[in-house]
Amino acid sequence: MEFFLVQTLNGISYGLLLFMLSSGLTLVFSLMGVLNFAHASFYMLGAYFAFQVSAKIGFWPALVAAPLLVGAIGMLVERWGLRQVHKHGHVAELLFTFGLAYLIEEAVHLIWGRSAVEYRVPAELDGPLFRIIGSQYPIYRGFMMLVSVTVLVTIWLALTRTRIGLVIQAALTHPQTVEALGHNVPRVFMLVFGGGCALAGLAGVIGGNAFVTEPGMAAAVGPIIFVIVVVGGMGSLAGAFVASLLIGCMQTFAVSLDWSLAGIKISQVAPVLPYLLMVLLLIFRPKGLMGTREG
Amino acid sequence: MLEVKDLHAYYGKSHILHGVHLRIGKGEIVSLLGRNGVGRSTTIRSIMGLVDCAGSVRLKDEEMVGLKAYEIAHRGLGYVPENRDIFPTLTVRQNLLLGQKKSNATGRWSMDNLYQLFPLLKDRAETQAGFLSGGEQQMLTLCRTLMGDPELVMIDEPTEGLAPKIVEQVAGLFEEIRKRGVSILLVEQKLAIALDISERLYVMGHGQIVFEGTPRDVRENAAIRKEWLEV
Repeated sequence: MEFFLVQTLNGISYGLLLFMLSSGLTLVFSLMGVLNFAHASFYMLGAYFAFQVSAKIGFWPALVAAPLLVGAIGMLVERWGLRQVHKHGHVAELLFTFGLAYLIEEAVHLIWGRSAVEYRVPAELDGPLFRIIGSQYPIYRGFMMLVSVTVLVTIWLALTRTRIGLVIQAALTHPQTVEALGHNVPRVFMLVFGGGCALAGLAGVIGGNAFVTEPGMAAAVGPIIFVIVVVGGMGSLAGAFVASLLIGCMQTFAVSLDWSLAGIKISQVAPVLPYLLMVLLLIFRPKGLMGTREG
Repeated sequence: MLEVKDLHAYYGKSHILHGVHLRIGKGEIVSLLGRNGVGRSTTIRSIMGLVDCAGSVRLKDEEMVGLKAYEIAHRGLGYVPENRDIFPTLTVRQNLLLGQKKSNATGRWSMDNLYQLFPLLKDRAETQAGFLSGGEQQMLTLCRTLMGDPELVMIDEPTEGLAPKIVEQVAGLFEEIRKRGVSILLVEQKLAIALDISERLYVMGHGQIVFEGTPRDVRENAAIRKEWLEV
């Protein structure tokens, strides 16, 4: 029982982290039609920036500064990179983000080296939050959930209650009409792209020390968030939310259960499960759990 | 007010407009007529900055070609797209709010004002716009553009597919728009309406203006109607 509870909480906290990543990816995709292959690289940048800043002035300033820095880089990439490439169509954009992912990875190699860095959970958040019978639940996992939920509620309020949020919602379906009404749509694109990158950066700040900060972390999480966006339905925020929690819990349980089937342990096939889910979904429900468009 | 000279427009490699000329005075209602596919919609989309184009579009003596659509909107041009491009997931009130160029902007039209003209929109204020009927959506699209207080509004096929009673309401709104000193460039398929309310008319064929005159000229000129308008 306590195993089940602790694993569920772990799954949810991991799922929320995945949603911080996939929400930006799916929003950018539905607004701009760009599938950003470099999205997880911004997650990695967030973790490395947080490592660097927290080594100098502490974790709490890093929690704010690193995502802002990543968001600013994202906006520059949109303004001076993607927007220029956009004229040549979606394939050019796709290749651009692909190249960008490699560029960021190599930059990380050059600056911080090829092995993991010592980015640790701050002392005040280290330790158990509560114990149930034999198991204990770390404070940091609770903190991750708190940060994720706070950020997600803020974003939801911003999207539904503010003017810029309305402009974004309208531009999802009719960008040209929104622009003809006098709204600076290119600037909205830049803000959304930067905002998505900042969210990925924040996920890196709180995920980098919970897991491990190393140059392969973008490549490890990148495919998972693509799976989430496809499973949830391309462009659907609600779908991405459900899919994030689903895959977060699925992966957490799969690696910790020691059931076996025909001599193969579930934990052995755990890494394949998200992709299996995606393949099945593409066959039986190609628009995803909550998507509106096919493929 | 608006002067268009030698306007050429392109969709990719195809050349759609071949040197369109037209002008609209302050407070004037001008119609742009012609059969489907002659470039009427492209003309107003080009003026609005939504299509790649070359030539000259001067609004109050300022050149618009080369500006972005949102910059053109801020100079005082309004555009009501065909197909009733409402924002389906937003409420009627939110759709109207997005018509304002800045929050708390005031102009010739306020939300209360438009609600008075169309009480139906007030009743549906909190309904998602996607659930409105075709006629209601058309009203909403028109009112949304008016919320931005344009000095010249370009309207694409406003009465297409609407019931006669709603068409009457739309025509009534045009009269109200003119009363408030706003010019209208109307793309309309229904000859009767265009002839009724316009002061001047342009007829398009093959991406060019082929005739310019008053409604009376068109009524009296059967050859023009036969060659360029009647199906």
